[in-house]
Amino acid sequence: MTDLAAVDVTVALDRTPVLNSVSCAVSGGGWLALIGPNGAGKSTLIRAMAGLVAYGGTVTLDEVDMRAMKAKERARVLAYVPQEPTLPPDLTVEQYVLLGRTPHLGYLATPGRHDRERARSAMARLDVTKFAQRRLARLSGGERQRAVLARALAGDPRVLLLDEPTSMLDVGHEQQVLELVDGLRKDAGLTVVSTLHDLTVAGQYADTLVMLDGGEVVAAGSPQTVLTAALIESVYTATVNVVTGRDGHPVVVPVRRPSQELHDQP
Amino acid sequence: MSRRTAIGAAVAFLVAAVLVAAFVGAADLNPLATAAALVDKVAPFLHFPTSLDPLDKAVLFQIRLPRVVLGALVGGLLALAGAGYQGVFRNPLVDSGMLGASAGAGLGATLAIVYLGGAGPQAVPVAAFVGSLAGVAVAYVTGAAASRHTMLSDGVATLLLAGIAVGSFLTAVQTFVLQRSASDIAAVYSWLLGSLSAASWQQVTTILPYAAVSAAVILLHGRHLDVLSVGDEEATALGMRPGATRAVVVAASALAAASAVAVSGLIGFVGIVIPHIARRLAGPAYTSVLPLSLLLGAGFLVLADTLARTVLSPAELPIGVVTAFVGAPAFVWVLRGTRHVGT
Repeated sequence: MTDLAAVDVTVALDRTPVLNSVSCAVSGGGWLALIGPNGAGKSTLIRAMAGLVAYGGTVTLDEVDMRAMKAKERARVLAYVPQEPTLPPDLTVEQYVLLGRTPHLGYLATPGRHDRERARSAMARLDVTKFAQRRLARLSGGERQRAVLARALAGDPRVLLLDEPTSMLDVGHEQQVLELVDGLRKDAGLTVVSTLHDLTVAGQYADTLVMLDGGEVVAAGSPQTVLTAALIESVYTATVNVVTGRDGHPVVVPVRRPSQELHDQP
Repeated sequence: MSRRTAIGAAVAFLVAAVLVAAFVGAADLNPLATAAALVDKVAPFLHFPTSLDPLDKAVLFQIRLPRVVLGALVGGLLALAGAGYQGVFRNPLVDSGMLGASAGAGLGATLAIVYLGGAGPQAVPVAAFVGSLAGVAVAYVTGAAASRHTMLSDGVATLLLAGIAVGSFLTAVQTFVLQRSASDIAAVYSWLLGSLSAASWQQVTTILPYAAVSAAVILLHGRHLDVLSVGDEEATALGMRPGATRAVVVAASALAAASAVAVSGLIGFVGIVIPHIARRLAGPAYTSVLPLSLLLGAGFLVLADTLARTVLSPAELPIGVVTAFVGAPAFVWVLRGTRHVGT
């Protein structure tokens, strides 16, 4: 189980500040969801954690500064799945998943029996074995997302960094993928950090929510404390009701503004 | 087909091409005796009897064979360099002559022919080799510098655009030089079209070290190119350094192409078509595309050169004309015939 923490992380892209002294932490085996309106800096924070953008402040893995780790060492611990992964259309699922073993291979090494075995096991875990020989271009949205997760898992990471893992999926596939991730978290003790745009879903799966707005943390804590109507309405400029669902988790329901209701009446 | 089957087929193709090229030519060599002489040369301990007379032996070993071997080297290098560039730039339309390589070689050869005419044929290959490498180096440095000042997150597009700019510039200089020295136009033009007619064992041994090093480096980076296919950001997240990989493969591809160009002139088409055929045979993974390109490129150029020296015998066609004349329709046929391949 691996703890991940960001302390005072600051990022500027093209000299525009995107994250301003953001701190958050997730303990081993936990699920941290980053929420907030578009442009709040969620993806940038995930990319900073993955070491893909230059940042000020520190990101630690089990209290070790990530800057002290070699790129390969870091890649063995962290698996990063971007919002829109690049899928080489003609590669087969098997070839693609095997790329996930890259952090474990020496510079001139080729994947060996153990690497193939790990890739196969990741494929079995995400139920993509039956289309292992299919080209990536021929996968549906749900299959594609599972192939991407299988590639992430093939590297035997201890932390999964997922940027909007379900943005392209319908509600059924969204639940399927998130249940898979939750299963991995519980069985393999993976630590998960994800951005999720659906607040209700974020509250159902994550144990900690961090709400960002304008590059700063505006709220952090359990779903019940973060997902309040007042906070969501002020941060998102939205009108919502927050009710408690059958499972006890908060359910965020968008509500039309009264003025619009009046406007629609004959 | 599987990687192993495809590589086996490509080896068979290359061997067949070499045999055909050894049999066919101006001097009529008996195929059986030629084959026996070749076996005897490769494995003298077998004491294989051959009926080839000394004159035919000289034709085979001093004239025909160096040309065949040089053709195989040049074709293999051009195809491999093309495949390497395509992997680096994630674009199947990139050719071994990109990034100012062909234009630089053309300018180098032109300068040598026009201004070093006295130094004779020795100066041209060296000038083409240096020009080709210099063209790529200038394009690479320009592109790398420019991409730091543009919005393009990875420098691939900038690098290609810089290559086009540098290529155009070098070609303009070459045209200017040539235009002021009209008497050399025929010599330059004949070099530009490519030929292996001056092939000798000495040329083979001259480029062999460069060929071996560059080919080995490119072949060893197949897996890296496959990882690059998911994009710079994801490759970085997998612990790779895409910029460093790109620099190494570009340098090796430039060296491979420059060695080929130095002894053969500008031969188009091989660097773009052969990797494509390799992809059609065994899929897009560079761990297959690279070795297949090397083997198929070698076999293809040996056959093309055989046509170049026999079709209008005793005159010769420029090999660049043959590769395009035969290669273009073959390429269209391959594109057409395999459109629906895949699952």
